[in-house]
Amino acid sequence: MKTFQYTIKDELGIHARPAGLFIKEASAFPCKITIAKDGKEVDAKRILGVMSLGVKCGQEITLTADGEQEEEAIAKLSAFLQENL
Amino acid sequence: MILEGKSVFGGIAIGRLSVYQKKDKQVKRHKVEDTAAEVARFTEAKEKAKKQLAQFYEKALKEVGEVNAMIFEVHQMMLDDLDYIESVVNMIETQNINAEFAVATTGDNFSKMFAAMDDEYMRERAADVKDISNRVISILHGADNGGMTGDEPVILLAEDLAPSETVQLDKTKVLAFVTRYGSTNSHTAILARTMNIPALIGVEFLKDVDGKYGIVDGYTGKFIIDPEEAVLSEYRVKKEEDENKKRLLQELKGKENVTLDGTKINLYANIGSVADVASALSNDAGGIGLFRSEFLYLESGDYPTEEAQFAAYKAVAENMAGRKVIIRTLDIGADKQVDYFNMEKEENPAMGYRAIRICLDRPEIFKTQLRAIYRASYYGTISIMFPMIISVKEVRRIKEIIAEVKQELSAKKIPYKDCEIGIMIETPAAAMISDLLAEEVDFFSVGTNDLTQYTLAIDRQNPKLDDFYDAHHEAVLRMLKMVVENGHKGGCWVGICGELGADTSLTETFLKMGFDELSVSPSMILKVREAIRNTRL
Repeated sequence: MKTFQYTIKDELGIHARPAGLFIKEASAFPCKITIAKDGKEVDAKRILGVMSLGVKCGQEITLTADGEQEEEAIAKLSAFLQENL
Repeated sequence: MILEGKSVFGGIAIGRLSVYQKKDKQVKRHKVEDTAAEVARFTEAKEKAKKQLAQFYEKALKEVGEVNAMIFEVHQMMLDDLDYIESVVNMIETQNINAEFAVATTGDNFSKMFAAMDDEYMRERAADVKDISNRVISILHGADNGGMTGDEPVILLAEDLAPSETVQLDKTKVLAFVTRYGSTNSHTAILARTMNIPALIGVEFLKDVDGKYGIVDGYTGKFIIDPEEAVLSEYRVKKEEDENKKRLLQELKGKENVTLDGTKINLYANIGSVADVASALSNDAGGIGLFRSEFLYLESGDYPTEEAQFAAYKAVAENMAGRKVIIRTLDIGADKQVDYFNMEKEENPAMGYRAIRICLDRPEIFKTQLRAIYRASYYGTISIMFPMIISVKEVRRIKEIIAEVKQELSAKKIPYKDCEIGIMIETPAAAMISDLLAEEVDFFSVGTNDLTQYTLAIDRQNPKLDDFYDAHHEAVLRMLKMVVENGHKGGCWVGICGELGADTSLTETFLKMGFDELSVSPSMILKVREAIRNTRL
């Protein structure tokens, strides 16, 4: 299991467009991937779930990947977060 | 009756009013025996809905560009969301209910969840979930999803229009949009700008106006219902003038900025906010020749953060899709005051503490802006331009600060591109030493408003001096000529971004002087292009 913590820098928080792109990236990996904020955890491959977290600018999220290709998943997704959010 | 709204795009429309009827989505609940068949009905409808959305995406891509079209991709993903699908299927299977009702309930539940969030942006997403659910329901009903009937083009009135509704409208049947809700950046607004038709938002119309005659004035924000004959004829004249302008646009769109004898010049747009990009593009700007960054400071109650600035610059760079975007760094002071800068009152603010002088005096503010610009440079073609320069020393100091900013970004492994560096020539001093300045930078852009005011020693704000003011004063024209010659000798390209650039009585003069670029307000681009194309040097 691999985790990555990140504080959102985008003014709008995790909004629809990058959320969509993020889910596309996450769905490419076979392992289980979740995003958690303040104890609430959702499947990172489901857009409504990810958006329902309502992550705002300045809030911290924890990304967790568990299973096949977990390392690649965290590497790819953490880079995505840093670049887009 | 005259109503007022906020205009999101200029233009005049006269015609019959049509109140947009959302398809009645009344969904009845009934019992189904064969739940497997019902689930299959849902799956089929969902796939069909996704196909429609994929078509909308393609259509929107052409009409409003990738950034705005993305919403339809997100909608497709929502339809594929496992939470959404599981909720619908589960309801059908455990409650023996019809697919329509299961979709409507699921859509309502998710939409309520978004509506309850404490974030305005997320609350607005409630409409997205409703929209995709309604689409599936319409398909299940066997109804096609259309808004208007009839052949006569109309002024379309609506509460608000979802992206999927606007993309489906028969654009040849819409004269104007009038909505009760929506924002200047809503989908309706973006569409109106790209369709080049007037649109008003925030108009409190009553439903019973359907079928009446009306006028939309996208320049003043007026919406006139049942106008008197005198008003109507006045607007018919205005509309004709407006249409002539738009015809010009159609004829000149996509044409080169080239004289009859083959001299080419770049024609760019001056913009003052991210939203202005739409009109720059719809008027066929070859790039952004002056992006006034002040709005970020003027609209804000405190110093805008690096992130807020980065987002704005990135949005413009991306929307311009590789075309040049010249960002002018902070130019406040003089007639543009910002409270939180706590500037002292000056006897002579036009010659006072302003623009680059503030930036060099308070480098922390300057560096925040430069970092944001350099970070955004990665997403397009950005050039940076500095206002109010009077000396080589200033330019060298700026370059040192830029080097520091770049070093910091490199150390943090944040990607950026090398940007073209240029200066505004708007002081007589800069014009006089333009030969020396040309050695330091990549380009010049002449700010004719200030250059004229400083050269003639005439305060632009004083109406008493109007008779003395001469925009075509020989002193200014000589300086322009000198700046071009010195710029070219030093390897710079030279443009004009002041109001004079749009003065078509001087277009020929500028071309003869050898200017490489003119940057004008978006609405003037095609007029200047016409002047260029009619010139023989």
